[in-house]
Amino acid sequence: MTRDRTLLVVLGALAFFAAVGLVMPKWTLFLLTIALAKGLVVMGLMLFLRAGLVSFGQALFFCVGGYAAGSLGHFLGRSDVFLLMLAGGAASGIAAFVLGFLMARYRGIFFGLLSLALSIILYGLLVKTEALGSTDGFNVLPYTVLGARPGEDWVRYVLVVVAAGAAALGVNRYLSTPLGRLAPAIKDNEIRVEYMGASARRAIHVKYVIAGVLAGIGGALVAAAVGHIDPEMAYWTTSGEFIFVAILGGTGSVLAPLLGSIIFYSIHSFAFDLSPNTWQMVLGTALLVVIVFLPNGLWSLFVRGRVA
Amino acid sequence: MATILDARSLNKCFGAVTAARDVNAAVDTGSIVGLIGTNGAGKTTFINLITGYLKPDSGSIHYAGRNITPLPPRDITRLGICRSFQIPQLYNSLTVFENMLVGLGVVLRNAGRGGFFQRGEPKVPGFDGSATEVAGHLLDRFGLTEYRDRSAQVLPGGVRKLLDIAMTMVAKPKILLLDEPTSGVSAEEKFGIMEMVLTAASAEGATVIFVEHDMEVVSRFAERVLAFYDGAIIADAPPAVALRDPEVQRYVVGSELHRPDVKSGARRHA
Repeated sequence: MTRDRTLLVVLGALAFFAAVGLVMPKWTLFLLTIALAKGLVVMGLMLFLRAGLVSFGQALFFCVGGYAAGSLGHFLGRSDVFLLMLAGGAASGIAAFVLGFLMARYRGIFFGLLSLALSIILYGLLVKTEALGSTDGFNVLPYTVLGARPGEDWVRYVLVVVAAGAAALGVNRYLSTPLGRLAPAIKDNEIRVEYMGASARRAIHVKYVIAGVLAGIGGALVAAAVGHIDPEMAYWTTSGEFIFVAILGGTGSVLAPLLGSIIFYSIHSFAFDLSPNTWQMVLGTALLVVIVFLPNGLWSLFVRGRVA
Repeated sequence: MATILDARSLNKCFGAVTAARDVNAAVDTGSIVGLIGTNGAGKTTFINLITGYLKPDSGSIHYAGRNITPLPPRDITRLGICRSFQIPQLYNSLTVFENMLVGLGVVLRNAGRGGFFQRGEPKVPGFDGSATEVAGHLLDRFGLTEYRDRSAQVLPGGVRKLLDIAMTMVAKPKILLLDEPTSGVSAEEKFGIMEMVLTAASAEGATVIFVEHDMEVVSRFAERVLAFYDGAIIADAPPAVALRDPEVQRYVVGSELHRPDVKSGARRHA
């Protein structure tokens, strides 16, 4: 086994991103902020993929996190970004804990479609709820950091960089625990997992909650950065986008979703700018190229071939 | 000797097929029991009933005095009843070493070790060492060290079989149930595998129950034979006696020559 260098890489990346943020133009800071926040959601999807599950409805928790954070300012006048992240993560975590009792019973296409159905229910509810702005959603208060209003975009950007780094370290640690290591075993042979004395259902439930918390924090950060939330956050195309990024990045490391996310939203941004009418084709082609040449995602560029 | 496992009046039907017909068997601690019978006679069903994969229509199973009939397989495994499979059940995307680590991880986890905040490598309960050390040690004992970093998917049949059995040893089984440990293995390898497994099991003081079709293997390694036919036990004696029993001769041993109608559907590969 090779030694895990994730800690070093994360710390290095943190310093690098924080430093380049000082010299990069404003719009790239915003782009990276959104990419890393959404990368948190994708990190949760990666946990599922490792266990052989695909959630077509992770936008559910992304949206719950966003609305929880937004409501904090909208109804209670609170705007501290740490509070927003806490609210987003907690709300989604609780939602995932409750729904997890149902979801952990299903595998394969049933897991995927049920998750999709749940996210569509939330979308439907939000669209019909006047108090939350129906289809228009509502604006999120400009956020503060420990009481101060960050004047510089750099501060907000660094916050997301640090949040992504912390999440990466936490998830990486989880993956090295016996419960985290169970994921590929569940994917390969669930009966054997049960016959070894472990509950696959419980392991999946735990992953569901972790993914929910990550998506909630991601949603809160996006809500805070964009300054507006609407039911589109729970729409199935949003979930699809997350899966797209997850496949693009791969499941080889906790950093793969973040890398995939940065690349995806960069391509998205440039493609949209250069060819406003055919940008989807550019993205689609990019994914095709990755699937054909790097079936294990972009992260496989960083992994030396494993001996079979 | 004390009884460790006691199956009482087990009955199990799959539609019109009776896979267990009033099965009674009390197994002594530390004994080695061979299960024989033609395909569909109820041997694997017996194992599936004991490990909780199947629930009997009636009857009960007691382990060390405790009724384990309602428990799911994972709880029965945690109590120390572990099984191997006729068709090896491995984690094919992982290496041999990782296959062992998954099992050891579960053992650690069930002992409340190896959590998110665990520092260093915790010791595996029952073994003197960390998961990596124990995995290496067990692979060594089963002669699998040379395959350590090979993907489980590309292993030869005999090696898959051994790995399947080695994976059951991580939980320090009190009762080891082996479903055809030597099927699909060349004749020369059979005795070697049985010796290796039984040495490992007896070193742990485990009771062994194994399903076997090769009567040479049975008479050499089993201390007691349970012969199954049509879901029922038709003989229960030491191999020298059981294998000479006229009914066993007719329905089991002589099955190569006068194979009775093979029951269909009764066999379940978990």
